[in-house]
Amino acid sequence: MDTVAGHQRAEEHQQHPIAIYLWIWALLFIFSTFSYLIDYFHLHGYLRWSLIITFMLLKAGFIVAVFMHMAWERLALKFAILVPPLCLLILIGLMAVEGDYTFLTRLAAFLR
Amino acid sequence: MAEHALTTAGESAAAPAGLPGVVADWSGDKQAFPVPWGKAMMWIFLLSDTFIFTCFLTSYMNVRISTTVPWPNPSEVFSLDIGGAHIPLILIAIMTMVLITSSGTMAMAVNFGYRRHRANTTALMLITAAFGATFVGMQAFEWTKLIREGVRPWGNPLGATQFGSCFFMITGFHGLHVSAGVVYLTVVALRVWRGFYDRKGSYETVEITGLYWHFVDLVWVFIFAFFYLW
Repeated sequence: MDTVAGHQRAEEHQQHPIAIYLWIWALLFIFSTFSYLIDYFHLHGYLRWSLIITFMLLKAGFIVAVFMHMAWERLALKFAILVPPLCLLILIGLMAVEGDYTFLTRLAAFLR
Repeated sequence: MAEHALTTAGESAAAPAGLPGVVADWSGDKQAFPVPWGKAMMWIFLLSDTFIFTCFLTSYMNVRISTTVPWPNPSEVFSLDIGGAHIPLILIAIMTMVLITSSGTMAMAVNFGYRRHRANTTALMLITAAFGATFVGMQAFEWTKLIREGVRPWGNPLGATQFGSCFFMITGFHGLHVSAGVVYLTVVALRVWRGFYDRKGSYETVEITGLYWHFVDLVWVFIFAFFYLW
């Protein structure tokens, strides 16, 4: 892609109708408003957590796919960028277990 | 490919030795990603930044799980009294909207860049930078408010000690990214205005700047969900 022709090809590849950006923009506002309303109406427990995560993932997905053009990239680049963060799930799982363990040992130590 | 196999198998003497050899070996004979190198490198930088922010949010999760003292309620901590009404979390909601607005104007700037619309691209990038600066200003207000209320990295009057350290570390690092993004956007916008990318024959730098800016918004989506709403 060092040639001018290559650049032009890449640019045509990333040129999309403005309407799609406006749609995604509007959706992001709607999802953010819903997220805020979760707090405003004091939803609690699993309903609150599942709604927070749903809106968060929807927003993140639209930003990465459309605003960051990932939907139009080739699969090799998608894999290179989107697969490595999955190993963070292991870190999150381990730290959640570790946090629970620390909490229980603290309870045991402080309540004695 | 056949030629490459031949040189590695038979004529190793032809391959350069030492440091030039390292470069020759690593560069190989083909390009993995059919995008401008700057864009691939920005994606890889953002990937590494993802790991940094996830480490921060994971450590926050860990200390919030393990503390035996109740966690301060973010809904109350970040509420404001506007015109006599007490509105929970309103400051953060406005900050979220400001950042999403800036993400939208950035997406439009990239679009106009590829249409070679110099004036619109410059204007939209400067508007994006202005929204970013507004966000940082509101964050400064938020920090000032919390510091006045006695929140410190080592303790606070509201509840769990770890609240302060998590808050200042996570929002501080994010605010630093926004501030750097405002400078980055302004520099690239001025270059667009001066016609630098018309002479270069490519507006890909505008898209790369956009990647960084959208990432800053992306990180805020996670901070908003896990730190402010949870």
